[in-house]
Amino acid sequence: MELLITSYSHLHDNKVVVNDRLVFYQENILKFADFIKSVYKQEQITYPKFYKMDFMSKTGFLAAELLLKETTVAGYCPESVGVILSNSSSSLDTDIAHNETIKNRSGYFPSPSVFVYTLPNIVIGEICIRNNFKGENAFFISETFNGKLLVDYVEELFINKRVEACLCGWIEVLGNNCNALMALVENSELRQQQADGNYKPIPFNAENLNLIMSRN
Amino acid sequence: MKSVYILSDNIITSLGFTTAENTAAIENGVVGIREVDDPALYPSAVQLSLVNSLLLEEKFAAVLATLHKKNPASSFTRLEKMFILSIHEALNTRQVSPGDPRTLFIISTTKGNVNLLENQYRATFSHKRVYLWELGRTIQQFFGFANKPLIVSNACISGVMALMTAARFLHSGAYDHAVVTGGDIASEFVISGFQSFQALSPAPCKPFDLNRTGLSLGEGCGTMILSVVPGNSDGPSIRVTGAATTNDANHISGPSRTGQELATAMKLAMNQAGLGTGDIDYICAHGTATSFNDEMESKSIDLCGLTQVPVNSFKGYWGHTLGAAGIIESVAAVSSLRKNMLYRSAGFETLGVPSPLNVIGTNLSTPLQACIKTASGFGGCNAAITIQKK
Repeated sequence: MELLITSYSHLHDNKVVVNDRLVFYQENILKFADFIKSVYKQEQITYPKFYKMDFMSKTGFLAAELLLKETTVAGYCPESVGVILSNSSSSLDTDIAHNETIKNRSGYFPSPSVFVYTLPNIVIGEICIRNNFKGENAFFISETFNGKLLVDYVEELFINKRVEACLCGWIEVLGNNCNALMALVENSELRQQQADGNYKPIPFNAENLNLIMSRN
Repeated sequence: MKSVYILSDNIITSLGFTTAENTAAIENGVVGIREVDDPALYPSAVQLSLVNSLLLEEKFAAVLATLHKKNPASSFTRLEKMFILSIHEALNTRQVSPGDPRTLFIISTTKGNVNLLENQYRATFSHKRVYLWELGRTIQQFFGFANKPLIVSNACISGVMALMTAARFLHSGAYDHAVVTGGDIASEFVISGFQSFQALSPAPCKPFDLNRTGLSLGEGCGTMILSVVPGNSDGPSIRVTGAATTNDANHISGPSRTGQELATAMKLAMNQAGLGTGDIDYICAHGTATSFNDEMESKSIDLCGLTQVPVNSFKGYWGHTLGAAGIIESVAAVSSLRKNMLYRSAGFETLGVPSPLNVIGTNLSTPLQACIKTASGFGGCNAAITIQKK
């Protein structure tokens, strides 16, 4: 069995790279909120739930949209598509927002629509809802990007036939800092469709994940 | 799944500081959830299951003394103290060494030290300590684990997922042993959030009951030590034999309407273990006592053809302990298998879910071979593992 990164997206520093192509860049955006909104608009996605999401979910959602646009996973049954993600700060960006609502006894207004995003795996839920993915999911935390962990865990899922395709990556959003990598991993024997012609799938291993992270 | 043995374990909750203390309390029907009126936790009174703070400090000081640690107790957060106590106790059988590079270390938590966002802690702890990996590093260094902890934070299935992850990495041959710990504390952060969802029950929670009125929050910590070698404990070996997760792809804060996705996770875990419906003696359910969760779970159990199988939820005793839940409830299930004893599902009187479950109404001694532990959580996630005697 050969596992391949058949499509990927990388969002960071006001840039979006999909399968080695720069698809978005604007130098003068200062706020992360403006960056993520600009990407959403450029991609002409219509998904009203997007506006309810916190920044981490918006980022993960867009990272998945961008790479899935380049390929198709429609032929896999929903139960065989997994989503395995990771980051450094868990949901701290939204934790701080929820904490603001309970700081003072006067003006105490905790909100369920904020609180629900104080879990890092909600972004997995958002991606699964959008794409009807029902397979394995997991969210891991490490100080810095740990490609080896993702590869070891996802390989095991393929070997045990838990997944036939798997999104995996790193969705780190805190304040105006963002670094998000999403990769689609497929078994070369079961693979359904070529990604766009210019991108050549690469082996799914930690070196290649690190390379994508550092290169773009 | 290649043999993954459970060697030793620990539970820390309102009911005690060891597995034995907790299961003895459960056997005697002691409920640890009570009304707490503490402005540091919530502006008004709420039902909570809290770990005894005086005993926690006392026991933690004793561990520092035993291990000749120079660090003052005040340099650890409440949650870190619980983690350290729990791991220390579980490691006491000395069958697994933290310093062994073949020992995997896994931490499950939903919110970690999130209470450090409150101003009162700024002077004592660096801001870094709210990061889960910094909490992990603190515990890693305390015990001298050779490996950095693998940290799982996946809502209410974190604990089951941590056990599953350990079992998978032992199965694959990546490691020989695993120390799997999970914990969360009661904090205003979490209480206010669940209260904003109107999910908290005004009385101790009543899983699967007709008159259930929501969940009760609890705090706690649990540890399970796994190995590819059976270990030297008395009694039968207990193994983790199957595991799976699924996602509902339905709603981020409400469960599946059909229960099909949790049922899929249960069936996958059973298939991996080679267990048929007739082989399952007991279901240790998630059972939060919210209207929707318990409904969904009953449908899943029905879809698996397991409505006749005895089922309970331990949350009626110690509440929903979030990142600890999957671990301490699995430890309690292991205890059931070891003792051949089914524990009453606290708070349950009259069945109040759509499918006819066999909820355990009184403690019952009966031979037990195999059980399935389930969990579901926000983000639409479901998990199931099978635990067997052999």
